[in-house]
This record gives sequence, C-alpha cells and structure tokens, in this order.
Amino acid sequence: MRAGTVLLIFTILGFVFLYAPILSLIVFSFNESQLVTVWGGFSTKWYSALLEDPQILGSAWISLQVATISATFAVMFGTLAAYVLMRFRRFRTRAVLSVMITAPLVMPEVITGLSLLLLFVSMEQLIGWPAGRGMTTIIIAHITFSMAFVAVVVQSRLSSLDMSLEEAAMDLGARPVRVFFDVTIPVIAPALVAGWLLAFTLSLDDLVVASFVTGPGASTLPMVIFSKVRLGLSPEVNALATIIIAIVAFGVGVATWQMRRAARNAG
Amino acid sequence: MTDVTPADAPVPMRDADRSTAWRGTAAVLRRVGLDGRSLVIAIPFVWLFVFFLIPFLVVAKLSLSEPAIAIPPYLPIWEWDGLRLILNLNFENFAYLWSDALYVNAYVFSIRVAFVSALFALLIGYPMAYFIARSPEPRRTLLLTLVILPFWTSFLLRVYAWQGFLRSNGVINNFLIWTGIIDTPLVMLQTNFAVYLGIVYTYLPFMILPLYANLVKLEESLLEASSDLGGRPLATFFHVTLPLSTPGIIAGFMLVFIPAIGEFVIPELLGGPDTLMIGRVLWHEFFSNRDWPVASAVAIAMLVVLVVPIMILRAAQAKAEAD
Repeated sequence: MRAGTVLLIFTILGFVFLYAPILSLIVFSFNESQLVTVWGGFSTKWYSALLEDPQILGSAWISLQVATISATFAVMFGTLAAYVLMRFRRFRTRAVLSVMITAPLVMPEVITGLSLLLLFVSMEQLIGWPAGRGMTTIIIAHITFSMAFVAVVVQSRLSSLDMSLEEAAMDLGARPVRVFFDVTIPVIAPALVAGWLLAFTLSLDDLVVASFVTGPGASTLPMVIFSKVRLGLSPEVNALATIIIAIVAFGVGVATWQMRRAARNAG
Repeated sequence: MTDVTPADAPVPMRDADRSTAWRGTAAVLRRVGLDGRSLVIAIPFVWLFVFFLIPFLVVAKLSLSEPAIAIPPYLPIWEWDGLRLILNLNFENFAYLWSDALYVNAYVFSIRVAFVSALFALLIGYPMAYFIARSPEPRRTLLLTLVILPFWTSFLLRVYAWQGFLRSNGVINNFLIWTGIIDTPLVMLQTNFAVYLGIVYTYLPFMILPLYANLVKLEESLLEASSDLGGRPLATFFHVTLPLSTPGIIAGFMLVFIPAIGEFVIPELLGGPDTLMIGRVLWHEFFSNRDWPVASAVAIAMLVVLVVPIMILRAAQAKAEAD
C-alpha cells in the first residue's frame, strides 16, 4: 500500500473518531425512549421538554448575557494588548504583558477559577467591591481568560498585515488614534469578528471557572447541564446539544462560505 | 511606561483637529507622565495585572494561612497590633500535601495521564495535520474547518457524548454484542481508559492546529531535493520533515499536556471514583471540604509543576514565530 493511501485511511479514521460521538448525540436526541442509548422510535418530545424546563431556559439566558458582554470587552482589551505587543516595539512592561497575555491560554481552569474567587473575596473584605458574587464576577473572569484568545487571533492577523498602509496614513499626517480607527481596525475586522465569536463560545462553554466565581442565583447553562449529566444520561441534554451543534455548524458554514467568497473576489 | 524610542515616537499631531478641551486634558496627563501611548498600554496591562497576576499572589498568601470555621474559612496571615506586624505563616498545608500519599499520587498520576494522552494525540494528530497540509485547496480549508468545528461545540457536551458511547448499555457495547463479538458488556466507563480517551478526544484540535501551521510552511522543494538525492519517502520523513516540524510538535504537545494536568470535567464524568487527578482533588478540597488553604496549596504545587512546561511552550512558540 502506498504511503498516501495509509495517510488517507488514517485521516478518515481520525475524523470518524472526532465525529462519531457527536453524531450519536444527535441521533439519540430524537429517541422516543428515556434510555439514551437504546433506540425506541423517532420522537421530538425531548425538544418540547427542553423548552418547558425553566431551569435550563433561565440559565441559558444568563449564559447568553454573560457571553455577549464578556466577549465584547474581551475583544476590546485583547485587541489593545495585541496591538501594543505588535506595534510598540519597546516599553518597560512589555515582558510582563506578553507573559500575562499568553499564560491564561494554558492555565488549568481550576487554578484560574480558584485564584479569581480568592481575589474577589479579598477585594470584598478590603474595599467592599464586588459585593457578593454572581453575574458580574463571572463576566470579569471570562473577560480575563478570553482576552488572551482574542489577542492570539488579532496578533496573527497583525503580523501578516503589511505595515505600509499604516505608515502611509502616518506620513500623510494622520494622528495615531485616527490611523488605528480608520486604517488598522477595518483591515483587522475579520480577526475581530473571529475573536468575538471565539470569546463568546469560550464563555458559553465554561463550567469550571464560573462554578468557582459564581454566587447564589447565578447558574450558567454549563452548570445546569453538569448537574444533570452527573446524575446520568438525560435525553434533554441530547436535545440541547443538538440545538447547539446546529447553531455552531450553521455559523461556521456561513463564515467559511463568506471567507471563500471574499478570497475569490480578492483573487 | 513612557520610554518612547525614536523609532515609534508619535507623529506630531495637527492642532487643527484637536479641541481645546482635549488639548488641556492631554497636557495635564503628559505632565504626570501619561501620554496616549502609555494609556493604550495601561488598559490591558492593568486589567491583567489586577485579574490575572494579583490573584496568584492571593492564592500564595492563602496557601500559607490556617483554615478556620469562619466566613471566609481561613485566618489572616498577618495582624497589626498597633505596634508591630505579627506574621502567622503556616506551612502546615504543604507539609500535609507532602505527607499524605493521596496528594503525591494524584500529582504523579495527573502528569502520567497528561503525558500519555498528549503522546497519543500526537500519534493521531500528526498524520491528520500532515494530510491536511498536503491537501490542495479548497479541500484543505474544508478539512481544517472540520477539525475546528468540534472545538466550537460545547466541551462539556462532547465529554457527555462519550458517556453515552462507553457505558455498559452504550453504543459501543450494543454494537459489539449485536455483531456477536462479545457476550457480556465491556466495562469502559469509570475507568482510567475512559479518561485517556476523553482527553485525547477533546484536546485533539489543539494538537492538530499548531502541527498544521508548521507543516503547511514546509517547503515542497526540500522534500523534492531529498527524493532527487535518492532518499526514500520514509527516510525523507525522518530526516527532513520530522526535524523541521519539531517546534509544531513541541507546541502541540504542550498545548495538550499543560491543561490536561489540571483537568477536572473529564476525570469527574468519565473516570471512576479512584481516578484522582489533581484538578479533581483541588475541586473537592474546595467545594466538598471547604478547605480553602489546602486547595490553595494544591494550586501552588500544581503551578510549580507547570512552570517548566510553560517555559518550553513559550520557547517553541517564539521559535515558530521566528521561522
């Protein structure tokens, strides 16, 4: 057998490995039976059950708010960090900033969660803010770890970018702020959108950090899913998973189509 | 923060497009050493300093304090009696970690699980990354999207999917019994095997992406040169491709290895009650035992374990950027 064929088979097996569990999740969300892994006929009853579950709906609403707000701030801060590191060649705090912006990428979630909770508790004792914990503290935590991911995305875009546009604008006498908003931002816009979506997804997906920094009354969607899953398989969770996968697949599909169209137009 | 080098000194601004109010404010800010440039640096810096760096100092402080039945459940490590500062440093927490085999075993086990999982992710991910990097467009973009797609769907739900796959009346066992290969279901859920599988599965995209980024830059001409000189494909792979992709291998390996050490969800949902990984120990120390000082000591000890891998990762990434 040729090396190319072996490689092809290996790749196909790899994709089967990646997708088989997800497909079974979707198939069994349409299962009549309560037993998640035994087929009992087609049914959409778990979707109706899901839409009538106030706990899931309430936590989904909290998660969407947290994800929207934290992704927006993460894009602003992450972009600034990336811009500063790529365009300001030398400044005193550079080394510290570059460590602080990459470390959250690999920091185990339990450490991020615990350390932020302890910070919030100490701050409350010292200055009285944040008073108690809940959505605000989850949002702060999510901004902190997702801005690192945004920074990576924006940095890679900035590094592939030709600086001559920015330099031309500067030579024509535009102020740095103006150059940033009128030249840099439009050119890196795709990276900003990708960064926002990434931050949004990370926030929507986070169980561990949110569990540490949350307070009474603020349960996010992953926290509710986790408490259900811990008790065993639940067809409702399958239905929820299917909805999430459908939304993500649709979003990624549209994004890929857009990018290919843009590439065709550019070429 | 104001050591402006000539190379990136701000271009002189035209007064015409500035209002008087802004000019006044800018002048005041400049007098205290704050120009626009340092303000731009300050925003992300201060945020990360307060919410990323200081928290570690708080954890370090707490790991040296004594647990107490109070809210919050620990004693202060310093007191001021009006005349002098009294330090109540308590190293008991670390001594306790060291003396109890449970914690030491959990660290050793976590490192082993993370290492073996990263190795398997590399073995599965390398051929995939290579195949994708050598694919023509548009197939390359499509395959790359397919690798990233699961990463965008919920991590928690992907782990949950394996519960349905592995349990005794799960998809795999049902299939194997249906085909007659086995009579009694295999025990796969709540085993260490399930934990390895779960980590390899969920972290595979983190392995493939840096490998792909590295392999796609590989010059076709180098491979051709090698084969023109009579190198067989396998020899070319081991003498040209593999050495050139080392930064990608190291980056991918560390991107799996480092977060896997502290993994909580996977051992909790797929592992058995005796699958003690350090992230799980920390979680239960905090939430079940409410022992914040010991949980902090566990976190500090985990950070010490992670320092070297994080430094290796940074070096690999710096090298990848330089190439």
